[in-house]
Amino acid sequence: MNRNTRRFAPLRRLLALLHARNLEFVRDRRTLGWNLLMPFGIVFAFAFIFSGPEKPLFKVGVLTPADVTLAQAKAAHLHPLLGTRFVDFYTPDNADAAVRKLARHQVDLLLDLRTGGMTTEGAAAADATAPAHYWVNPDSPKGYITEQLLRLNDRTAVRNTVTGKAVTYVDWVLPGILGLNLMFSSVFGAGYVIVRYRKSGYLRRLRATPLTAFEFLSAQVLSRLLLVMTIATLVFVPLTWIVGLHVAGSGLLLFLLASLGALSLISLGLVVAAYVSSEELAGGLLNLCTWPMMLLSGVWYSLEGSSPWLQRMAQALPLTHLLDGARAIMIDGAGIAEVWPHLAILAGMVLVFLVVSAAGFKWRVE
Amino acid sequence: MQMQPSMNVGPAAATASGPTESAALSPFAASPQILLEATGLIKHYAKVKAVDGVSLQLYAGTCLGLLGPNGAGKSTTIEMLEGSLPPTAGTIRYRGAPLGDRFRQESGIQFQKTALQEFLTVRETVELFHGLYDHTLPIDEVLRLCALEELEDRDNKKLSGGQLQRLLLAVALVNDPNVLFLDEPTTGLDPQARRAFWELVQGIKARGTTVLLTTHYMDEAYVLCDRIIIMDHGKFIAEGTPRGLIEEHFGEGAAERPGPEGRPHNLEDLFLKLTGRDLRT
Repeated sequence: MNRNTRRFAPLRRLLALLHARNLEFVRDRRTLGWNLLMPFGIVFAFAFIFSGPEKPLFKVGVLTPADVTLAQAKAAHLHPLLGTRFVDFYTPDNADAAVRKLARHQVDLLLDLRTGGMTTEGAAAADATAPAHYWVNPDSPKGYITEQLLRLNDRTAVRNTVTGKAVTYVDWVLPGILGLNLMFSSVFGAGYVIVRYRKSGYLRRLRATPLTAFEFLSAQVLSRLLLVMTIATLVFVPLTWIVGLHVAGSGLLLFLLASLGALSLISLGLVVAAYVSSEELAGGLLNLCTWPMMLLSGVWYSLEGSSPWLQRMAQALPLTHLLDGARAIMIDGAGIAEVWPHLAILAGMVLVFLVVSAAGFKWRVE
Repeated sequence: MQMQPSMNVGPAAATASGPTESAALSPFAASPQILLEATGLIKHYAKVKAVDGVSLQLYAGTCLGLLGPNGAGKSTTIEMLEGSLPPTAGTIRYRGAPLGDRFRQESGIQFQKTALQEFLTVRETVELFHGLYDHTLPIDEVLRLCALEELEDRDNKKLSGGQLQRLLLAVALVNDPNVLFLDEPTTGLDPQARRAFWELVQGIKARGTTVLLTTHYMDEAYVLCDRIIIMDHGKFIAEGTPRGLIEEHFGEGAAERPGPEGRPHNLEDLFLKLTGRDLRT
């Protein structure tokens, strides 16, 4: 070896390793493809979700007459407020839930056109002679301004008030953050370990025993569930004291919902882990599972008011049901009668994911 | 020597007894019991025919060695026999029935390469596999059989090569198997560790356990195996007892009297004669 070569030996060694690693990366087509596609996917997803007209300043629930949709009510100018720009009008599922939201300052005003309303340009109302009713929370600053807008257009509307402390963003977002943590721990924790087991040949060794795929996967699921629920409980309980997080409903029901949610997320990770042998590809696919939930399941913001098909898509994600159910229990004090659809959907997802992963489970690298 | 691709390596084909053969374990005893039988095994990988129509019978209480150069197809063959790799064609039967739960309950396998659950001690590793079988040996007995008593509290990642092989053997023995597969169990071990391992295997054979062994070490096959099969290009090209094969190819008494090289012929001479001296790629 000459002196020049020796002088640059560290660089040469670095370049040799760099070259070898680059070859490995480029020749692993699936991982390379994934690394190229993933950023595009994320950018397009963000661009799509956050595109659209300027964000509205106020949110108003509108109870329309039977068989009249919000769009029809707007088109028929059923009430002059409906023509106001930069107000997000939506139709609540039921009046009681809408009033509860109003009490928590999550809605600025609730306009009831079911019994009457003031029409403009002669459009028909349920009873054009009867005044519209509205609900407002006097403690809500945005409610005050929205009410002023209403009164400018309609002086005959009948005022109803509802009081209640505002649900702060922290109150609303904390279940989301805890759910997000639960999701990452569940999906990645279970998925990566199994891919590593397969790659190292440990799964092949287990295959030589009477162990079945379902038994193996169930053990992995239960082990992960025990871990994530212990951690979630250890984090959640102190948080209720530190930030004054209040659980209006049953803590036991919340624990049951969180356990089912974690189970479904762990099982989702297993679906990926059942078929993949490369840790890098598994990482990409697990990201593919988690990113839509991060964006669409209501971790950071509510999808209420977004396009209906986006909301329908969100309903296919386990985290959506976990967070919707958790917020219903924590904020609304919902009981089993209200959250059972979330529990049932999560249980169904667990079953489907476990069956899919057990059916296609690979014990060894092909 | 020209051999058929598919050979019956049963008692009728054997020519002489191997060095470790005992009357109790001999496949030539009256009505030897066939424990495992493979017929017409074929395995294709894309365009490569790794195993090309081989058949064998494994007799209860014997040790059968599968030898061959790299790429001969012996690992593929043993993986099919272990039930961990489905054959493209052919059948494998354990005690007359297709490989199933009974086979998994009654077989033990030491893979050539495998990993174990991390962060477990030697005893915990054996306990883990102990829990997977219906019929098992006591854990202390397994540890004693494999000379692991002194190491039972050691992290399994901190074992030497020889110690790890003994642990893998312990895992394979935990269910007191009727048939034990050893896939190149001493590769990479120093001579002392290899000989210690041979003693363990001889002890296991003495318990009546049937063994199927693949190895690159001809002395290992000579010491441990009652019968051997030499494989090349996916086919069986020779079979018999180690001594019988040496005498068949180099003359009577060739295993004892000095040959042209000033020493008795051995299995390596036979192996090179049958498979050639060209380096396999």
